[in-house]
Amino acid sequence: MGLISDRALVRTQRLKPHLFGWTYGAPKGAPFQSKIFRRVLYSFVLTAAVFVFLGAGDTDARFKDLGHRMMCACGCSQILLECNHVGCTYSDKMRNQLLASIDKGNNDDLVLQGFVQEYGPTVIAAPTAKGFNRIAWIMPFVVLGLGITFLIYVVRSWKNRPEPALADGIAIPLGRELDDLRRKARRETDL
Amino acid sequence: MSYIGSFALLLALCLSAYSFFGGFLALFGKHAASARLGETARRAGIATFAAVLLAAIVLVVAAFSDDFSIAYIFHHSNRDLPAAYKFAVLWSGQEGSLLFWSLLLAGYGFVLRLRYKTDQRLFAYASVIIASVQVFFLLILNFAAHPFAIMQGGLPADGTGLNPLLQYPEMVIHPPMLYLGYVGFTVPFAFALGALIMKYPGEKWIQITRRWTMVTWCFLTIGVFLGAHWAYAVLGWGGYWGWDPVENASLMPWLTGTAFLHSVMMQEKRGMLKVWNMALIFATFLLSMLGTFLTRSGVISSVHAFAQSSIGTWFLVFIGLTLAVCTYFLVMNRSHLKSEHKLEALVSRESSFLFNNLLLLTVCFTILWGTFFPILSEFVQGHKVTVGPPFFNRVAVPVALLLLLLTAVGPLLAWRKTSVESLKRNFLFPAVGALAVGGMMILFGVRPWEDPSYFYATMAGVLAALVIFTVISEFLRGGRVIAGKTQQNLVSAMFQLCRRNTRRYGGYIVHFGVALVVIGILGTPFNREVEKEMAFGDKINIGPYTLVCQSYTQDDNPNYGNEWAIINVFRGGKQITTMYPERRFYKASGQPQTLPRIYPSFREDFFLVSDVYLVYEGKNETTGRPIIKAHLNPLVPWIWIGLIIMVFGTIVALVPNAAAVRVPATAPVRAPAQAGAGD
Repeated sequence: MGLISDRALVRTQRLKPHLFGWTYGAPKGAPFQSKIFRRVLYSFVLTAAVFVFLGAGDTDARFKDLGHRMMCACGCSQILLECNHVGCTYSDKMRNQLLASIDKGNNDDLVLQGFVQEYGPTVIAAPTAKGFNRIAWIMPFVVLGLGITFLIYVVRSWKNRPEPALADGIAIPLGRELDDLRRKARRETDL
Repeated sequence: MSYIGSFALLLALCLSAYSFFGGFLALFGKHAASARLGETARRAGIATFAAVLLAAIVLVVAAFSDDFSIAYIFHHSNRDLPAAYKFAVLWSGQEGSLLFWSLLLAGYGFVLRLRYKTDQRLFAYASVIIASVQVFFLLILNFAAHPFAIMQGGLPADGTGLNPLLQYPEMVIHPPMLYLGYVGFTVPFAFALGALIMKYPGEKWIQITRRWTMVTWCFLTIGVFLGAHWAYAVLGWGGYWGWDPVENASLMPWLTGTAFLHSVMMQEKRGMLKVWNMALIFATFLLSMLGTFLTRSGVISSVHAFAQSSIGTWFLVFIGLTLAVCTYFLVMNRSHLKSEHKLEALVSRESSFLFNNLLLLTVCFTILWGTFFPILSEFVQGHKVTVGPPFFNRVAVPVALLLLLLTAVGPLLAWRKTSVESLKRNFLFPAVGALAVGGMMILFGVRPWEDPSYFYATMAGVLAALVIFTVISEFLRGGRVIAGKTQQNLVSAMFQLCRRNTRRYGGYIVHFGVALVVIGILGTPFNREVEKEMAFGDKINIGPYTLVCQSYTQDDNPNYGNEWAIINVFRGGKQITTMYPERRFYKASGQPQTLPRIYPSFREDFFLVSDVYLVYEGKNETTGRPIIKAHLNPLVPWIWIGLIIMVFGTIVALVPNAAAVRVPATAPVRAPAQAGAGD
């Protein structure tokens, strides 16, 4: 994505003048005026757009994508397109329904909604990013963030901890003396 | 026969209860009588093993002698079941698998109690803790899930048979491996809790349990991967990991156990992270128990539903009690666990272990959270939601990639502090190699910008390559130093290097195996599949392969009837193999089972190997022709090769170090990595 031409960027700017609610009329010298910043921003936006609109057209790709976002309703706990258990009375019917719904021109949300209405919310293979279900997605990253914060706190408190007091007459080797000792230790212990 | 089994179980309960209470009282007594009481408790623990073993033997004999008066045998066996599966009946159902668990625990306890002279006091504590876990399992076996319960009414002529999903060779070894792992973590847990309760001085308990922990971890690794392979080879959906709650349950203690194996090195070498290590081993044990609870309670729907029952409450109570005891002692004795050293630099081996632990635990939390979220959702919203593969793939995979990065970077960092120069020197070759691999992937047509899954695959490829090149560079650097000193060739120098620090280089081999596993997984976005009804001579084209239906037929034996297709596999116009995807119908249970066939194409493409995976989906009732689903799964065989290398690496790490070669102090020696880059 780094090879996007300036013309393409301009086109994007023209098409989406208020992308993410940011206007381009910031005063001169503000961070948004920076060419590098803008290029990075555009590249990011275009990359995101590519991911968002991927596979939006092709029926086969949509069938595969949506089929992998739903569970088979028979209770086998398998993804709809992966359910292969012998004698399943649901998977074929559901796959046909999915294909019909896509052929009808329904968008992804409408297709999924139709399935939820018929088979209940458990038919969707992952929690939606709405309401309480949003917590499912957020929590792991919250935990990771808290973990990192805690780790930084621990590391800082360790670093700031005073050295243990030394017995009289013992000096801590530093600098060249320490390097010599390290060399000696390497030689005499490991390799 | 059931009376002998029941008696053995009751006897085992009495013995283990005596071992627990007697051992417990002896720990706090100060008279000579206490020592004698402790000795009798130890012997009672040893005798428990004999009693549980007797019960297990009785159950196996009952299976082989088709004793359908025992309800468990009736429900899990039948007369025509092959011998290997009759043996596997021991762990194929709820009661039997609990008995098997108890047997393994008694076995571990048996070995531990025989080796008590290593450190009598610490072993006495560990023995009491193991006895308490043993009492719990034997209570369930005697009062809630009795394996020798008698059939009501008349004696049935034949059993209902073993679940068809379990009639596969790997099922004879997958559960024992998994259980050896689950149960094995009881030993380091018992030592850790014992050391905490008695305020054991020093880190000797870690040295005592190091081999136990590694062996246990190895068993659990084998168990988890065998489970994945079983899912791949039996369930027939073309994948090996479905994020099923029970799969997740086995992965969680593996993750915390892996974190423990890493962070415990900081305690051994630098006297740090003592509270953390205690918490990790407690969590690992509790997650093992949680896994058993999940499999058996039925609170979460799973493909492992064959083991569901009402004993979940027992496990919940036990987990709660254990958690309370662990927390109590961790809080009360926290002053004993003060760190002896401080962290000196952020770029050091210590901090890499800290971040490694954080990421492993984040993945573990994600899995735990995702597994239990449906219950939480039902509680809050009044309805369940599904938390399936899309959630885990989206959340856990990025964190796992970060973890892979640390796997590559961590070993190159020195203890205490790493200089920028040493970082540059050590990273140059692996980083260039990894970037070259990334470039090659793009050249071969992987477009990371086209789809998030391709992006992850590319990242995984680059990072796996980084791990591999790091390991190679570490071996080469160390090997060169030894070769220079001892005038050996490089290969024997590397062998020598490995022998001199088995733990460090065994660990690197394990990392190499992990990288291969990742390579096996990254092929997933490139899987292809085609489904077709096949008449004689019909073809399916998938990738470079052409599959031609030569024939389809059926067969029958006392255990099952089956139908299969005979498919010739061609590549470049040349026949390379014949495959026989099959569907069975088990007579005793009346259940059908599809059995896929897999051909790994090592002979055709060694490095970019793919699995040709054929499934007999069923028969078109109108035409009588078979419906075949063909999958082409790139790189999957590397997962199983990665497992073998991981196991090999663990075995290397278990071997004691050979004596170091001494060189004169004047010899000019250059260290392989920065100062202190030990294991």
